[in-house]
Amino acid sequence: MIEIGLGHYLTLGAIIFSLGTIGIFLNRKNIIVILMSIELMLLAVNINLVSFSIYLEDIVGQIFTMLILTVAAAEAAIGLAIIVSYYRNKGSVRVEEINEMKG
Amino acid sequence: MIAHAIFFYFFSIIAILSAIMVIVSRNTVHSVLFLILDFISISCLFIMIGAEFLGMMMLIVYVGAVAVLFVFVVMLMNVSEQKLSWFRGSKKSTHIPIGLIVGFVILLELIVITGGWKYKDTFSETKFLTFDKDFTNTHLIGNVMYTEYIHLFQISGIILLLSMVGAIVLTYRKREGIKKQDYFRQVSREYEDSVKLVEVEFNKGVKLDD
Repeated sequence: MIEIGLGHYLTLGAIIFSLGTIGIFLNRKNIIVILMSIELMLLAVNINLVSFSIYLEDIVGQIFTMLILTVAAAEAAIGLAIIVSYYRNKGSVRVEEINEMKG
Repeated sequence: MIAHAIFFYFFSIIAILSAIMVIVSRNTVHSVLFLILDFISISCLFIMIGAEFLGMMMLIVYVGAVAVLFVFVVMLMNVSEQKLSWFRGSKKSTHIPIGLIVGFVILLELIVITGGWKYKDTFSETKFLTFDKDFTNTHLIGNVMYTEYIHLFQISGIILLLSMVGAIVLTYRKREGIKKQDYFRQVSREYEDSVKLVEVEFNKGVKLDD
């Protein structure tokens, strides 16, 4: 409990990842919160990579964390652009009303 | 060792609570504020376990760019069902108290991380956490990133360029009735196309129609 090891960080990552997953499924308000949940999941992956990198003494994990950071920023920009253009056409981003593709 | 436990539990409990608040809060602006709090907690955690460069980079990229982008989009689209009387203060607004709470917790975290910086070396009583005392974390990352992983670095740059182009293309809208300069038409305009000599008859005048 007092001795903080790799397992603590992995548990933190697992908790935040599952919170992100729950956020995707629970959400019925608007689609921006789904994007935020995806950001939370990427953050949890970053926690895992950094803690493995620290505890295994290998810097490569931090390199990959930077790549994930890049992809997360790109994904947020594209996702928000899609949401903005959808909102401009439909006037709403509520999750229940987005059913044109009948998926 | 006890200091490491205190720091870990402090930051991780704040991170988990704010992650819960991101997914359960009814107002989207509150979700974004708690997302910022979550990112700052995790980056403090990264800084304390020895990945200083990544912690700072997460602050810059996530809090400085992504979260602000989220705030902009949420406020532009008016999806948070907020009333117009936000700054007037006639009705009670829930943004300002939540923002104050989040800002206060962030200040608390900064106080903890600057006050506890002198305990950081005691974390590395165990052999990990610093790879080499002579090199900083940034130095190590740069050594590997620009030599061995240069292709991944360039590919990530291309990904950023693609996302920029994609975002511009998706949100670009052609507007009617805007006068714009067209360089190609301007330069390729010929003398014969634009000037016409008219022979004016006496006492008739000339009628131009175009």
